[in-house]
Amino acid sequence: MKSNNKGWTVAYWIVVLVMLAVGVVGWYWRLTTGHQMSNYGSIIPWGLWVAMYIYFIGLSAGAFLISSLVYVFGIERFRPVARLSLFTALVALLMALLQIWVDLGHMGRFYEVYTRPHFLSMMAWMVWLYTAYFLLLLAELWFDTRHDLVRWGERSGVSGFLNRVLALGSRDTTDAAAKRDAKVVKVLGTIGVLLAIAFHGGVGALFAVDKSRPMWHTGLYPLMFLLAALVSGGGLLLAIYALLAPDRGSEQHKDIIDSLSKLVLGLVLLYVLFTFADYSIVWYGSIPLDVNPLKIILAGPFWYVFWIGEFLLGMVVPIVLLGLKSMRRSPWWVGLAGLSIVIAFVAVRLNIVIPPLAVPEIAGIAQAASSPRMSTMYLPSMMEWFVTVGIVGFGAAVYALGYQLLPVKPRVSE
Amino acid sequence: MPEIPVIQQIEDVTARMMDDLQRALKKPPSERRWGMVIDLTKCTGCEACTVACKAEHKTPPGVNYNLVIKTEMGTYPNVREIFLPRPCMQCENPPCVEVCPVSATYKNEEGIVVIDYDVCIGCRYCITACPYGARSFDFGEWYTMGTPEIAPYETAPTFEYSEKRVRKDDASPIGNVRKCNFCIERVHEGLLPACVTTCVGRARLFGDLNDPNSLVSEILAERSSFRLKEELGTEPKVYYLT
Repeated sequence: MKSNNKGWTVAYWIVVLVMLAVGVVGWYWRLTTGHQMSNYGSIIPWGLWVAMYIYFIGLSAGAFLISSLVYVFGIERFRPVARLSLFTALVALLMALLQIWVDLGHMGRFYEVYTRPHFLSMMAWMVWLYTAYFLLLLAELWFDTRHDLVRWGERSGVSGFLNRVLALGSRDTTDAAAKRDAKVVKVLGTIGVLLAIAFHGGVGALFAVDKSRPMWHTGLYPLMFLLAALVSGGGLLLAIYALLAPDRGSEQHKDIIDSLSKLVLGLVLLYVLFTFADYSIVWYGSIPLDVNPLKIILAGPFWYVFWIGEFLLGMVVPIVLLGLKSMRRSPWWVGLAGLSIVIAFVAVRLNIVIPPLAVPEIAGIAQAASSPRMSTMYLPSMMEWFVTVGIVGFGAAVYALGYQLLPVKPRVSE
Repeated sequence: MPEIPVIQQIEDVTARMMDDLQRALKKPPSERRWGMVIDLTKCTGCEACTVACKAEHKTPPGVNYNLVIKTEMGTYPNVREIFLPRPCMQCENPPCVEVCPVSATYKNEEGIVVIDYDVCIGCRYCITACPYGARSFDFGEWYTMGTPEIAPYETAPTFEYSEKRVRKDDASPIGNVRKCNFCIERVHEGLLPACVTTCVGRARLFGDLNDPNSLVSEILAERSSFRLKEELGTEPKVYYLT
């Protein structure tokens, strides 16, 4: 963020601090009253937090896979955003892990997934794969930035100190060392691509193996999750790069935006196809347990989550803005398209998690007990919103600090 | 002295089932297969089973081991209501067990799907996986929440799985998933599940399905029965008589 952006920076930090303050209240409620103040129940046992968790984890996987275009597949065109993608993947992963941790009934027992995993459960697989992915991200990011960490470590102040610490005593800035780093990054990136496919396909499988929920139980899900990750991660990078890159306005910036836009546009179109394939097949046959979740999505009390969120913001807006060449050359419109996708995928994730749960497996179960915990309606409680706002604030703060203090900014050709 | 005519003794079902229990308990656990038979023609929808279950396990609001699902049939004035009591099905192939990331829930050697409260992390994946809606999450709530005092009947200890537990703060089973376990702790003491003991119409029967001489086995051999969602292949051990 350059000095002429000082006003924006101040505004950004005010928003972030407000979000963090809201988050502190939310987390205080959550930690002192447990799950009492939540609105999910035993009919809809997963709510906002699980939806946001798959949202964040999708952003992480998507951003990571985009970085691999450069590190693994050697598409140099995207080099300027590669490192930022990696950093985005790391921050999004942290947000995802925080979000799913707070959802547990016994947060203090999360370690059991390591000490006594049950590998028939997709959830156990995911936690193990996340752990591997987290370590790999740290390593890949370190080798990718090592050279710059050493150089930035010569600065004074907080940034210099932080970079010196993160360089872990490394001082070698020779070309040979840089070459070795690039090799290591390529190997790590390759493993990472496999890991990202495994863990995010795995998140899709976590839902897909649930035969009690016909809407989840489709072989499309693991693939759709991977695609959704690429679309949302791509949208986020598009927004960040279009709006924040230091070389905004230059020809290079315009070219990269153009390429990135085409990539994301292609992914969005593919996602439209997948969504159509999924929904149209669910619709066919009209068996209530299968179709009712979809009816809730399309015409239920929260119809706007699909029609405004998924359809308008996630499909129409990006297809128009990224599809028209004149729009694609303008960083503002492209950035807006990216933001539109980023918001739309919250809607996508909400609709994946909640409506399929809102149709009880046996009709009449919700009416058999008069308890708000046996409701087929779910709106997140204030506590749930606050906790999630806090996590977004945390992510935004870490991201901005990293952006300012660490060598992760989009690189300008010298 | 005139002879007193002997009135034919009608065997009491509860006494019969308790005799069956004693026989089953003498066998090694792995040879028992506990099952429940619910006679829908006798169920009056009185919910005594639901209440007995609540009293036995002191389950909080929203935690329902047993429900009586009511369905209205016909149109006014020719309306009738049918009742379907729903405990845990104790599936032979339980979908809830596969998904648990820490093996906190498993089928024990007697075929009962149990939950280890001290292990369960409260992720609620099993709730989504159960095809019968038989699992609930303990949100740490109380019926008398918001009144000057939590009523003593809510804080009294329970003996589920033969462990003495007092619900308080965030100690298990608060924050855990909970479900019907056929009152296995009662069964081990020679008592029938609370819902069976209490059933006013003697619509609920319980016993060892592996014992051909048990009441449940005899009745299943005689009467036609169905199980919920047979097509899933979960092989429930709760049978409904029609």
